[in-house]
Amino acid sequence: MERLLEVQHLKKYFKTPGGMLHAVDDVSFHIEKGKTVGIVGESGCGKSTLGRTLIHLLESTDGKIYFHGEDITHVDKHKLRKLREHMQIIFQDPFSSLNPRMTTVETIEEPLRLTGRYGKEEIRELTRKMMETVGLDERLYHAYPHELDGGRRQRIGIARALILNPEFVVCDEPVSALDVSIQAQILNLMQDLQEERNFTYVFITHDLSVVRHISDEICVMYLGQMIEKCGAKELFENPLHPYTKALLSAIPIPDIHVKRNRIILKGEITSPVEPKPGCRFAARCPYCREECSIPQSLQDMGEGHMVACGRVKEINR
Amino acid sequence: MTKERKTAKKESMFRLTFERLMRNKMAIAGLIFLGIVVLMALAAPVIAPYSYEEQDLFNTLKGPSGEHIFGTDNLGRDIFSRILYGGRNSLIIGFVSVGISAVIGVVLGAVAGYYGGKVDMVIMRLLDVLQSVPAILLAIAIAATMGPGFKNCIIALTVSSVPGFVRMTRASCMNVQGLEYVEAARSINARESRIIFKHILPNAISPIFVHATMSVATAILTSASLSFIGLGVQPPAAEWGAMLAEGRNYIRGYSHIVIFPGLTIMLVVLSLNMLGDGLRDAMDPRLKN
Repeated sequence: MERLLEVQHLKKYFKTPGGMLHAVDDVSFHIEKGKTVGIVGESGCGKSTLGRTLIHLLESTDGKIYFHGEDITHVDKHKLRKLREHMQIIFQDPFSSLNPRMTTVETIEEPLRLTGRYGKEEIRELTRKMMETVGLDERLYHAYPHELDGGRRQRIGIARALILNPEFVVCDEPVSALDVSIQAQILNLMQDLQEERNFTYVFITHDLSVVRHISDEICVMYLGQMIEKCGAKELFENPLHPYTKALLSAIPIPDIHVKRNRIILKGEITSPVEPKPGCRFAARCPYCREECSIPQSLQDMGEGHMVACGRVKEINR
Repeated sequence: MTKERKTAKKESMFRLTFERLMRNKMAIAGLIFLGIVVLMALAAPVIAPYSYEEQDLFNTLKGPSGEHIFGTDNLGRDIFSRILYGGRNSLIIGFVSVGISAVIGVVLGAVAGYYGGKVDMVIMRLLDVLQSVPAILLAIAIAATMGPGFKNCIIALTVSSVPGFVRMTRASCMNVQGLEYVEAARSINARESRIIFKHILPNAISPIFVHATMSVATAILTSASLSFIGLGVQPPAAEWGAMLAEGRNYIRGYSHIVIFPGLTIMLVVLSLNMLGDGLRDAMDPRLKN
């Protein structure tokens, strides 16, 4: 399998009045072509920042990004324009991701127009096809976003991201603003499109049932760091990191006879501004010991199941 | 069926706004009155019964009558004719100065808001300097150095209303550019000029439009005050503010000299404000119907 995107020790810090905010801190992973990597974590853990850094909407502070094996960490304007045709993003909020003064057609065809490579007829034809592909009715051609419901708006957002046929798409919580029945429709649409056109997705979400449904591999993030990474099935059957265990125990089970064993985390998420070295989860971890104050790194627990926890063997005995 | 046809046709934002504006009675009243005043000022040579500078020294300070419907001033000039001709000067000063300062202000404000940082710093500090001088004082200073007159009056008013537009545009743009569709535009390779003018400004413009209509009212008032103290339009040319100034010595005995131009100013300003209010409501795309 070809590695489409590889990230090594990626860091993204923001300057704040209180010091450096470590939004993404030393994250490494790779994605194979045509696969989906899910990135989960609670809000504020840096998953959206990671997604935006991958496609150069934010400049990375440190680390390397490779696309098709080529270093794209720092590229000039010209190269970036080329690159962006292969990397797109689907946004979370379908209410703020569409320009309220542009009609459906204007929004969807804009990426094509901006390349300057297509003629008028071609643009019209491709836009029409794309609208059909994502399930937008012809009568919505000239509708403004405020006339449409959330699901249809999100379809427009998807159409805009996919019309250039990008190889790599960052999906930043694309269904979390939609209600459940529409979530399923959109997820199925995205999966169908992936099968059909061999898209590669990075799927960012805090919704664990969604990520299980769509991902091949899952990365769990906590305060800017990756703490566990493995196949989707493996993660749900055999979570190793204490945080992942707690996270998974929070998934509701729709059966009143099943008694859930919830792990309730105590305390607040610690500040990402100038964090102390050592395990960032330590303050809330039920298994925390003194040795947790040294920096943790991902270690392979077999079959590519990576965990960043010094006590993982003791805990999971 | 009819509904489908309606959404299948493109409705321009301009037409939508206009339709919604037409449902606002106050705004319509303002628009109609303003339209009448503008038309009458344009057609002054046709409508006006007398020339604006024609003196009739046998008939000075006459009250309203069939011959002179608004009466005559201290030099026997027909007040109605002078209001019509004066409207040309007053309205041109108001609209032109606001038009120019709006264009300058919107561009500067959008640039300051979009780029932020040092660019923003420089632009805003320069404006602080401009704004630290009261508008009327600035206008007086400009009129005093460049000489009084129609053109300098416009320049003075333009300069003094630019900061308001810049601040308004900047704030409005900063609100809009944090939204995801601006990021989306960046991710599909839109150039910065396109992001500013296609994605940010159209969504930030409505408060600026409203501010502009209100500014016209302010500009007319300021130009009236400038003329009043003799730094605006020079006699014998007619201008509403100048007419007030010339008539101030006769207020006691012959109040009609100031009542009619004063009333005109008041009604024009009022209708501009009503129109501005209506525009603000009509331009919000979310408040459909």
